[in-house]
Amino acid sequence: MGTEKPKTDLLPGTLDMLVLKTLTRGHLHGYAIAQLIQQLSDDLLRVEEGSLYPALQRLELNGWIEGEWGVSANNRRARFYRLTSYGRKHLNAETARYRQVTGAVARIMGFA
Amino acid sequence: MGAGSSWKRFRRRLRYWVERSERPRLLSEEMEFHIESMAQDLVGQGISERDARAAAHRKFGNMTQQLEEARFTWITRWMSDLAQDLHHAFRGMRRDAGFTTFVVLIAGLGIGASSTIFSVVNALLLRPLPFHAPDRLVWIANVEWSTQVGVFLDLRERNQSFSNLAGFGVYGVGDSKLTGTGEPERLTSVPVTQNFFTLLGVQPMIGRSFTVEECQGSFSTPPAALLSHGFWQRRFASDPAVVGRKLTLNNKPVMVVGVLPASFDFASVFTPGTPVDAFIPWPLTDETNRRGNTMKVIGRLRPGATVQSAQAEFTLLAKQIWSQHPEWNGISPRLSPLKQHVSGRVSPALMLLAGAVGVLMLIVCANLSNLQLARLGARQKEMAMRTALGAGRLRLLRQMLTESVALSCCGAALGLILGVAGTRAIAHLDAFNLPLLASVRLDGDALVFTVLAAVLTGVLFGLLPALQVQSFAVGEVLKDGSRGSSGGRRRAWVHNGLVVSEIAFACTLLVGAGLLMRSFLRVLDLNLGFQPERAAALRVDPGVRFKSLEQQNSYIDEVLQRTRSLPGMRAAGLTDVLPFGGDRAWQVSGEGQVYPKDRHPESFMRVVSDGYFESAGIRLQAGRGFTERDRASSEPVAIVNETLARTLWPGQDAIGQIVTQDGGRRVVGVVADVRHEALEKAGGSEMYRPMRQTADYSAMNLVVRTVLPPERLAAGVRAALRPIDPNLPMSEFKTLQDLVDQAVSPRRFLVLLLAGFAGFALLLASLGIYAVISYSVNQRVQEIGIRMALGASAADLQSRILLRTLGLAALGLALGMAVSRVLTSALGNLLFGVTPGDPVTFIGMGALLIVVAAVAGYIPVRRASRIDPMVALRSS
Repeated sequence: MGTEKPKTDLLPGTLDMLVLKTLTRGHLHGYAIAQLIQQLSDDLLRVEEGSLYPALQRLELNGWIEGEWGVSANNRRARFYRLTSYGRKHLNAETARYRQVTGAVARIMGFA
Repeated sequence: MGAGSSWKRFRRRLRYWVERSERPRLLSEEMEFHIESMAQDLVGQGISERDARAAAHRKFGNMTQQLEEARFTWITRWMSDLAQDLHHAFRGMRRDAGFTTFVVLIAGLGIGASSTIFSVVNALLLRPLPFHAPDRLVWIANVEWSTQVGVFLDLRERNQSFSNLAGFGVYGVGDSKLTGTGEPERLTSVPVTQNFFTLLGVQPMIGRSFTVEECQGSFSTPPAALLSHGFWQRRFASDPAVVGRKLTLNNKPVMVVGVLPASFDFASVFTPGTPVDAFIPWPLTDETNRRGNTMKVIGRLRPGATVQSAQAEFTLLAKQIWSQHPEWNGISPRLSPLKQHVSGRVSPALMLLAGAVGVLMLIVCANLSNLQLARLGARQKEMAMRTALGAGRLRLLRQMLTESVALSCCGAALGLILGVAGTRAIAHLDAFNLPLLASVRLDGDALVFTVLAAVLTGVLFGLLPALQVQSFAVGEVLKDGSRGSSGGRRRAWVHNGLVVSEIAFACTLLVGAGLLMRSFLRVLDLNLGFQPERAAALRVDPGVRFKSLEQQNSYIDEVLQRTRSLPGMRAAGLTDVLPFGGDRAWQVSGEGQVYPKDRHPESFMRVVSDGYFESAGIRLQAGRGFTERDRASSEPVAIVNETLARTLWPGQDAIGQIVTQDGGRRVVGVVADVRHEALEKAGGSEMYRPMRQTADYSAMNLVVRTVLPPERLAAGVRAALRPIDPNLPMSEFKTLQDLVDQAVSPRRFLVLLLAGFAGFALLLASLGIYAVISYSVNQRVQEIGIRMALGASAADLQSRILLRTLGLAALGLALGMAVSRVLTSALGNLLFGVTPGDPVTFIGMGALLIVVAAVAGYIPVRRASRIDPMVALRSS
């Protein structure tokens, strides 16, 4: 398929992890997830909407998150996502893996 | 990883698929919310509402594509691809309506035949018998005949292998006469032991089974009866109130105690071809014991016991019973699983049919492959274009297979209709002497089979063309007019290979069908010992019990006299047993002869009147036949058949000898052997006693031989006999030819189906030849044009192409003949009077195939010879 390059500068696979991590803070809708990631990274990481929604679908298909319809702060119908127990497990595994990888990269680069 | 398990993922996918129309709408609503929120934030930063909205939309990108991608995540790729391929396939089908019709028709006929045969095989061989735990039921035969009541009781008492034994007594078709309300009618009622239904695990649908008391009376005056479901529906219009009512059977009141369920079809299991109307008690008493070997026995194995262990036990028990009761008939028990006894006889024929239909399906596949290939030739450019546009090899392969499977599934839809019609027709072949035929139907199993057959057919006939697609070199095909390339030559090879295999397969079917057809004709040609043409039979049992032989004889006189006086009547006589009817047998010996008990000659017993031999067409070989003067007062006489004469008095004249049985009878005549058991089997020993000298018979059949077809005399005979017995049921006036037809019906069934398959195969093979030759002519129009322009004559061209056709046919024929020769030796007992390598069949079928091939090839050849060279050369 002739899709464009990933619109995010994130390492591949990290978006899923970030979304899951964000959701540990509670039920959030898609926009809030994107905003939160941006804020928490001091505007360094921007989540492109074009990647966010496919990612959410993927996570839901895998059973890591569950979406349900609710009412947003501005009183509109929005879909809120919740981390499932499987999602939490997966997040832990991913976090550990990520820590290993970044640690290794840091050692090579001489940061440590 | 629980949540990621493929099953749960699949379930979530499925849910998405179910909600697939709803989901994108929800997702788009979710995204709208996102855009809205984003726009609001921008407005908060001081940007105008319109600009903010536009910016948000821009930032969000192409929403439709996002929706697509989301869908893509959920519904796996293959599913949408499948839909696309199917769409494509159906569009293609509509475009090539002719091709589609043809393929659907051929596949439909093939699949229809397959599912029909599968249904028959399923009903007769695969499906368990309709009884409780049928695999524990065992058939206990005395060699292959019946057992004496006393022996049965002893076996039941002493054996350890069976939890119980049950059985049914011998009976004749139409033995009981139903009178009273409604038309008088002859019923076939089977006497069964009290525990018969319990042993089989069959409960009456209404009412109850027989009580112990009901099974202790006299056999000839049964106190109670159970009705078969079919008879209850037919005669009493399914009225449940008939239970508890009294019927008049043989002028005695009989209480209807119950109706059996429709699922219990006694006839189709135990007596195929003979419907059973009612069941009466079979008392295990001295009275029934005196009747000799009269019982068919079944047993239910105890847990742990096997047929083999039971056989060993019964062989031993038989010896003990034999020595303790020398006055009884001996028994040589032969045990077999009931299922095997019921359908073992027909299983070779069914296996043959299944094999034949398998070969037929291969021909169908080869034929469709060829058609698909030819059509592919026209679609080369389409395929090449797809490849050029980036369709992967696998993707194209899948598309081709989807197309062929879709086609064969359409064929299967037609096949199912044909299958339903076929199984219906087969289930209604009442007169066919095949077990369980009535239970043939297209059920769930057959449905699954049909779907599998359709998919398999689709894959099989689509695979070769699909693989061919891959060999198309893109550049080569897209260049215009690249014919006769190496790829083309290879395709020609595939075409020819398919045609050769079609012819070879058709050849094996033709040879098989031919051999069985010849066997069938041989069987029909047999000297039966009697002449069925222009002869008919009718039950004329008297309405009352005779008090004396004089009274009986005057009844006989009256019946015969009245019948013989009818115009067009050539002969009339009475008999207790019709051909293929009873198997009542006695041990017999000549006066002064002593045989060891286990090698004592046995003979079938017949009781006939004067005129019987003439009316049945049984030839008198020596001495005289019975006359009206052989009466109670004259010397007891008997007539033996040639086999019995040879057995008792080898090398001597049987006339004038005395047989010791029945108080001693003088042999006054010898008649020809009659094939009484089966057409293919030579009749055994037979002894005839004059009806006027005995009351020892259980049925009275009037056999007439007429000048005109006997059906025309039915009304006359009826009218003539009415004054003697106004209650005489006249429903059945059976021609002896009917009896023969029924006896050959299994063979007829096999031959009809097989001949149908062979004919279809021949048609398909000729279509295959036609398709290939005309394809190759079309491909080579230019070449032919050039040849003709260079002076080749039309006849020259014709003979070249025709020779090629015959070459293919000969190759297929050679292969087919070789395979047939190997396969036909497995036909075994199905053949009669022909050898598996019967040269007449092989040569005849070979010639037929060559002729058909030549004709099929000639039609396109004629077209080729009419090609105008100028037109052909200009056309490209």
